[in-house]
Amino acid sequence: MLVRRVWPSRPTFESSFSDFDQVRREMLRLLDASTGDGAPDQVAGVFPPMNITQDDDNFYLRAEIPGIKPTELSISALRNRVAISGKREIPREHERVSYHRKERPEGAFNRSVTLPMEVDAERVDARYTDGILTLTLPKAEQAKPRQIAVRS
Amino acid sequence: MAKEATTDVQKAETASVPTAPEQTRTGPVYSPAVDIFENDNSITLLADMPGVKASDLEIDLRENVLTLAGRVTTPGNAKESNVLREYRPGTFFRQFTLSETIDQPKIDAQLTDGVLRLELPKVEKARPRQITVRAA
Repeated sequence: MLVRRVWPSRPTFESSFSDFDQVRREMLRLLDASTGDGAPDQVAGVFPPMNITQDDDNFYLRAEIPGIKPTELSISALRNRVAISGKREIPREHERVSYHRKERPEGAFNRSVTLPMEVDAERVDARYTDGILTLTLPKAEQAKPRQIAVRS
Repeated sequence: MAKEATTDVQKAETASVPTAPEQTRTGPVYSPAVDIFENDNSITLLADMPGVKASDLEIDLRENVLTLAGRVTTPGNAKESNVLREYRPGTFFRQFTLSETIDQPKIDAQLTDGVLRLELPKVEKARPRQITVRAA
């Protein structure tokens, strides 16, 4: 099975085209659902690649950032924006070695995403295990849809 | 709000390998990015395998072919729906042919934060033998 993770690069900054982007994303999502399989929605060529999911109470952001010290990650959340930045450094080998391959990327990265609704920045939880950063972002109470009971 | 800052590090294209025997599990198969270097005593391999737990990683060396296979279990609960998806969890698989003779029992593997570090010590060179010529 041959899979490439390469998709046209489309950074997710705020622009007047965000509505179009939303429509495009939605169409891709429907296309995904119809084929049952489907490729990632968006972007590659961006580091780190991230997935965002949601349930009733939270957004979950997961990013593949292997081999980084958690202290070198900087995460900030404000209203509906989340920013992740950091620097991935690959330590130099002390001894005299000759390289056969050097494929692993290193350097600084900086990404921010806009979520569909506001989150409670005070209660954001970040975990780093097995090279995956997981952020749990509780949806802000005032942004949650309210169930309205109909009186008879 | 500032626009997205320039990203210095780019995610490498993770093109996958056409694996010789096909996997029994469905889903994508990725070729992990690796660094390989050697010194006089050993060959060291570093591989990025985010999301792989030590128990789900298989390393195999036979007939000079080194095989790395790591499985990623999809995180999260069933109620989650996608908002943005840039990667799909899958299997990491890659094979290398090693020309040096490796001292198999001394192989050391460590998996830390999604990075595998594999030390492959070379076999000590056979000592030159002294051959005494007997007088006839």
